[in-house]
Amino acid sequence: MADKIVMEIARYSPESDHEPHFESYEVPVKREWVVLDALNHIKDNVDGSLTYRWSCRMGICGSCGMMVNGEPKLTCATFLSSYARNGNKIRVEPLRYFPVIRDLVTEIGGFMEKLKKAKPWLMRASNDQLTEGTYLQTPEQLDRYKQFSMCINCTLCYAACPVTGLDPVFIGPAALALAQRYNMDSRDQGAAERTATLAHPEGVWGCTFVGECTRVCPKHVDPAGAIQQYKIAAVMDWLKSFVTPRGRDAGSQAGND
Amino acid sequence: MATSPLQPWGESVEASSHDVLLIGGGAAGLRAAIAAAEVNPKLNIAVVSKVYPMRSHTVSAEGGAAGVAKPDDSLDEHAYDTISGGDWLSDQDAVEAFVAEAPQELAQLERWGCPWNREPDGHIAVRAFGGMKKMRTWFAADKTGFHMLHTLFQTTLKYQPISRYDEWFVTKLLVDDGVVRGVVAIELMSGRIQAILAKAVILCTGGCGRVFPFTTNANIKSGDGMALAFRAGAPLKDMEFVQYHPTGLPFTGILITEAARAEGGYMLNKDGYRYLQDYNLGKPEPKPVLRCMELGPRDRLSQAFVHEHHKGRTMETPYGPVVHLDLRHLGEKLINAKLPFVRELCQKYQSIDPVRELIPVRPVVHYMMGGVSTDINGATPLHGLYAAGEVACVSLNGANRLGSNSLPECLVFGNRAGKAAAEFASSHGLGNGAVMAQAADEESRLKSEFLHKTGGRERIATIRTEMQSTVEQSVGIYREEASLRAGLHKMMELQERYQDITLDDRSHTFNTELESALELGFMLDVAQSMVASAMHRTESRGAHQRTDFAMRNDEKFLAHSLLYRNFDGSARVEYSPVTITRWPPGERVYGQHAQHPDAKAVQRVS
Ligand SMILES: Cc1cc2nc3c(=O)[nH]c(=O)nc-3n(C[C@H](O)[C@H](O)[C@H](O)COP(=O)(O)OP(=O)(O)OC[C@H]3O[C@@H](n4cnc5c(N)ncnc54)[C@H](O)[C@@H]3O)c2cc1C
Ligand code: SF4
Ligand code: FES
Repeated sequence: MADKIVMEIARYSPESDHEPHFESYEVPVKREWVVLDALNHIKDNVDGSLTYRWSCRMGICGSCGMMVNGEPKLTCATFLSSYARNGNKIRVEPLRYFPVIRDLVTEIGGFMEKLKKAKPWLMRASNDQLTEGTYLQTPEQLDRYKQFSMCINCTLCYAACPVTGLDPVFIGPAALALAQRYNMDSRDQGAAERTATLAHPEGVWGCTFVGECTRVCPKHVDPAGAIQQYKIAAVMDWLKSFVTPRGRDAGSQAGND
Repeated sequence: MATSPLQPWGESVEASSHDVLLIGGGAAGLRAAIAAAEVNPKLNIAVVSKVYPMRSHTVSAEGGAAGVAKPDDSLDEHAYDTISGGDWLSDQDAVEAFVAEAPQELAQLERWGCPWNREPDGHIAVRAFGGMKKMRTWFAADKTGFHMLHTLFQTTLKYQPISRYDEWFVTKLLVDDGVVRGVVAIELMSGRIQAILAKAVILCTGGCGRVFPFTTNANIKSGDGMALAFRAGAPLKDMEFVQYHPTGLPFTGILITEAARAEGGYMLNKDGYRYLQDYNLGKPEPKPVLRCMELGPRDRLSQAFVHEHHKGRTMETPYGPVVHLDLRHLGEKLINAKLPFVRELCQKYQSIDPVRELIPVRPVVHYMMGGVSTDINGATPLHGLYAAGEVACVSLNGANRLGSNSLPECLVFGNRAGKAAAEFASSHGLGNGAVMAQAADEESRLKSEFLHKTGGRERIATIRTEMQSTVEQSVGIYREEASLRAGLHKMMELQERYQDITLDDRSHTFNTELESALELGFMLDVAQSMVASAMHRTESRGAHQRTDFAMRNDEKFLAHSLLYRNFDGSARVEYSPVTITRWPPGERVYGQHAQHPDAKAVQRVS
């Protein structure tokens, strides 16, 4: 492990630049340091104008995603030492496919809208709602959606997804996984309503099943798996519509047992 | 964004207005927003947050949330644990309201979809927690705060009346003749400075762990709301009470949740000895025993560490002395089921696997018991200003918070404050816009002192680092007159040098350096208030331990400290009595002999 490493960091300010450029900084490599620590080192001691988001430094708030040597990564969970071989450099850029506000900060307003489109809240028929106490849910029922509830909204999967790259309207992996998180929840009865938005071409059918989202996800959410489940469920629904009165059973397979 | 017409008063600063304005989108802020929306669906409610709400620090909370859930438990027992845990500084009316409403709030979160862990029959599972005599801590694996926050955030999306100012940074409260009328905030993306007016404002800005060098707290926890309220004339209560959590990872300060001990982890010194048995916390048993040993309260465990260190029984590392947390005997299966995040954090950040290896840990600053003084409905002494969550001091936590009481505190008092503020907003107006002149002044201040400032030599990071080490030296686990005095002097010096800071970044777009500078200004005020309050309390109670006044002194200090800012900028400390309802001050006893008759070894759930 080298004791210093050069970081090439994408810099861009709409107030002074036409397009992003790279600037290089040499930083010390310490065993405990993650890429984010090196950015903080630069900001504190070298250039206070370096701009990026971070907060928890423990991989849970989802703020610090960036491209590190071309891969979407949480910079607070990516160790400097893993890049510090002889002469290696680290290239840090904003997450791909998002508009850049400044330096390493991307604009995620569109992503936030997509999350909302998934209608990520528990829905019950109005005559079937508890107003006190709790619903029952067995550990097995919990396990069916638990994985999809682990998303920290870090947007790494969007930076990995070639479809979101080509088609910004595509609702994308995390939002689809989130919809599926509720659809698979034994307490929820909103699958049919969610399907209405997600069955659009920009919904689940936008996915060409590249699987990159699942590969880069730092929380093992497996959005690709969620999308696959969703597609199968949607096809089943469509098939069923031939044998049952239309619409009646829509979404029933999605976990309301 | 659903705002009312801009520029109603023709001043240079733009303004938007709402009925109820939440500052903060953590558990407290989001809960309060929903409560306000439910009181009166016609109200126009907005949440301002310097980070997207689901990034708020609540997301890091791990262990769980306490609320009586099982037939063997009672509200009185939860109340007693909280009050004795807080060394009798809690206001007992607040505690009684809290224990009664916490179970309802946790159930409400369940009905909104929170994925609580379950028993095999589908009922909510609970786990043991430090200082609690019964198992009553609801949990979602060891990512409780994460699941609570995401559930709350996702639920707010269905409420039309709730709009958001994401990544807006509040710099000032606008006060007209003792009534709070709104705030000034910077939109980070554009750098636009704007007034956001409101009939009622609720501060839910969280804690201030970042004033210390070594903390579990996220970067955003800089005590902004405490300083905002203090500057606006509201008193800060019990600021001398800072919680150290006994088990942080060295270097990063990442928390290893108390749930690790509740599931049966041991604390070992360098000889592999369960040293807590030497500190009046009971006898070691193979299985965890409630309110004993590793399940004692945090203040006692952190203090025991200091003594072990003085006895030479800790281990040295480049990042300070440590002891060990031993989970190996729990086995891989239990660790994966109940403590997966602990394992992930240890593997990722410490390169060790707790299934096979000992975890090095040391006490780490974790939580602020003190905060903006409020009544039981979250109202501060300033009209129109409410506070809830870690920023507030109700006071529920007294001199030492019990683990897993603060997430439900955010819910219970977030709900109460949201309702109270909604009622206030339903019967009061927006004011006549007199505060717009103040807003214009604030805009000029931000420009002249930061963005357009010439000269200045001090770097933000230098002052921040010096502040942090001063705070650690003067209001660490043990305190005494000389170091407190030295701390106050140093703080005054730092306040002066802060006037001389300079920014590298003068641009408007997402200026995080400006944000850091403003946060540093808030932290300096908060740090100073801690040191001043600690100096005046010449007794030892809970997390406030004075080596020069080692005993609790109920005669003089069964009282909350209230720190006010004077007009000339100086501060004064006053005291107000603690509310005692049914539990007169007693001795805090932990260990087997202190047990309630039916306390028994922890049985594992599921
Ligand atoms: C690692 C860790 C683990 C924990 N585990 C537990 C646990 O298991 N059980 C438990 O009960 N408690 C736990 N706690 C404590 C608990 O998590 C916190 O006390 C609680 O989450 C605080 O919530 P809050 O809503 O008050 O504030 P936060 O969640 O901190 O939210 C603060 C909000 O205010 C906003 N804000 C702040 N300043 C400004 C400003 N100037 N302008 C605009 N917006 C601003 C922020 O953007 C954020 O949205 C833990 C704490 C830590 C650090
Ligand atoms: S699915 Fe994974 S990669 Fe995508 S936003 Fe969620 S946590 Fe991040
Ligand atoms: S800083 Fe929170 S995920 Fe990296």
